[in-house]
Amino acid sequence: MVERRPVMTLVAHLVLIFGVLLVSFPLYVTLVASTQTSEQIVQQAPMSLLPGSNLIDTYRAALFGGQTASGSRISPVAPMLKVSFICAMVIALGKISISMLSAFAFVYFRFPGRTLCFWMVFITLMLPVEVRIGSTYRVVAGLGLLNTYAGLTVPLIASATATFLFRQFFLTVPDELTEASRIDGAGPIRFFIDVLLPLSATSIAALFVIQFIYGWNQYLWPLLFTTDESKYPIVMGIRRMLGGGDAGNEWNVVMATAILAMLPPALVVLLMQKWFVKGLVDAEK
Amino acid sequence: MASLSIRDVVKDYRAGLRVNRVIHGVSAEVADGEFIVIVGPSGCGKSTLLRMVAGLEEITGGQIAIGQRVVNDIEPAERDIAMVFQNYALYPHMSVFDNMAYGLKIARVPRDEIAVRVRRAASILEIEAFLDRKPGQLSGGQRQRVAMGRAIVREPQVFLFDEPLSNLDARLRAQTRIEIRKLHAELGVTSLFVTHDQVEAMTLAQRVIVMNAGLIEQIGTPEEIYRAPESTFVAGFIGAPPMNLMTVRGDGSSLSRAGCEWSLSGSVPRAGDLIMGVRPEHARLDDRGWPMQVELVELLGAERLIHGRLADAPFIVRTDARLAAPSAGQIVGLDIAPESLHWFDPTSQKRIPA
Repeated sequence: MVERRPVMTLVAHLVLIFGVLLVSFPLYVTLVASTQTSEQIVQQAPMSLLPGSNLIDTYRAALFGGQTASGSRISPVAPMLKVSFICAMVIALGKISISMLSAFAFVYFRFPGRTLCFWMVFITLMLPVEVRIGSTYRVVAGLGLLNTYAGLTVPLIASATATFLFRQFFLTVPDELTEASRIDGAGPIRFFIDVLLPLSATSIAALFVIQFIYGWNQYLWPLLFTTDESKYPIVMGIRRMLGGGDAGNEWNVVMATAILAMLPPALVVLLMQKWFVKGLVDAEK
Repeated sequence: MASLSIRDVVKDYRAGLRVNRVIHGVSAEVADGEFIVIVGPSGCGKSTLLRMVAGLEEITGGQIAIGQRVVNDIEPAERDIAMVFQNYALYPHMSVFDNMAYGLKIARVPRDEIAVRVRRAASILEIEAFLDRKPGQLSGGQRQRVAMGRAIVREPQVFLFDEPLSNLDARLRAQTRIEIRKLHAELGVTSLFVTHDQVEAMTLAQRVIVMNAGLIEQIGTPEEIYRAPESTFVAGFIGAPPMNLMTVRGDGSSLSRAGCEWSLSGSVPRAGDLIMGVRPEHARLDDRGWPMQVELVELLGAERLIHGRLADAPFIVRTDARLAAPSAGQIVGLDIAPESLHWFDPTSQKRIPA
């Protein structure tokens, strides 16, 4: 479509630019705040919107901990990043493998109660962690998994959404492909590994992005579940830094932590985006 | 290579408590190295039969044997067959080489031998230049060759083709048809080829199996099937345009229908109701013959099809395009040689032998 309406183009751009500014301003404030010292932030109200010179010191304090000017302790963020990263990875990969396998069973095998099982999985969509948190806690605590990685991740791994997505994808794979591989002598597992897995690359990439962020942003479950500081994920860490009133907080460190917490998911999105666009172009059924 | 025998094969599909029988006891013997085409309208059970030979569908009743081995309960991979699918079913993420090699890899054929076999098949099919490409980068005709290549490298006892030419355009189809024939002459592998296209059936087959509604109507060479169709179904299915069929009342040496009466120099096989069949090319325009009302004339280049009504029954005549064309509405006479008539029983629909 050829359109030559300069005024409309201008208006459209203004609206879009306004939207971008609106969304990115808080991010900018966070970034700027993390480059100043806590005194600079608190003493000048409103705070300066120009970057300060304290960037390296702030991030060092945030990552590895240290003492504030007033003498209170800053707990290091690096271990929290590690916990968050491990949890997000385990949750994303676990969700993908479990739901791929269960979708494989639902689509390619005929077993008694198949429809019933599928609907039971589907119904769990109505029961997210927040709803079943009490009972899940009891079960996991009963298994002695408090303050462990297993306890942080396993209850979050089962995923009806991902199962459903993979099921829908497998249904679009032509039956002839299955039959051709049967004639070629591939058993179910070989077919899964050699044919379905490579064909699903795009869906896997997309789901990985979504589930990694889901895992990274978990707050309520770790909050209830972990009492050991070594197992705190970073999202909880930010919350714990906010103590009493304005003056009591090391705002620059809090902001630096927030930036650090945002980076890995942003990186995952950026890196995987490239990857799954490539997958979209190449994949042909 | 091996013979293939299909004995009283039955196929039922279950939908809840209802049993739907799609193949009602079919038997056929295919000799070693023979090229057999199964032809029939859609839904006649021809693909199901092929898939039962392949092992993709369970056999409800009867037996299928490849060589001397009954294969009813044997997995497809162990039946020593190879199949070419209508949509080719190539693995989209594998290169052409890997597509062809996949079955051999699973069968744990040594690497060097796989390479030799794939290259040999590729050179037969002239696809050596594409071995590194993905199926998505190939044209329909090239994909079709890769699908055939995948079948050839397996060096099977029996080739199964499930309408492999349907997705090609008309020119490519004619060309591929010839190549399949050459390939069969070269490799001599027993082949079963399913199609709904009677031209493919006539040109490819050493023998044709005509199927209808889950039953075999006739098995014979293309010539036999054309010259002496066993039933009205075969008569109407084979030939383009098909044989003209009409119910007539016979009496000694004359025929009557819808108030018209014709005398016949030969004899009518029996008195009473009969179905008379005439191939469109066996009727000649002749003013002294049976009168036909012309409705439509089609020019096909070398020949002309004249659609009309003979004693109120639709009738098609094929004539040489160089002869003068009648116009619509005109009445023309038809001269039909009595020995070219086919006779069928109206109740059983079977051929009445002359």
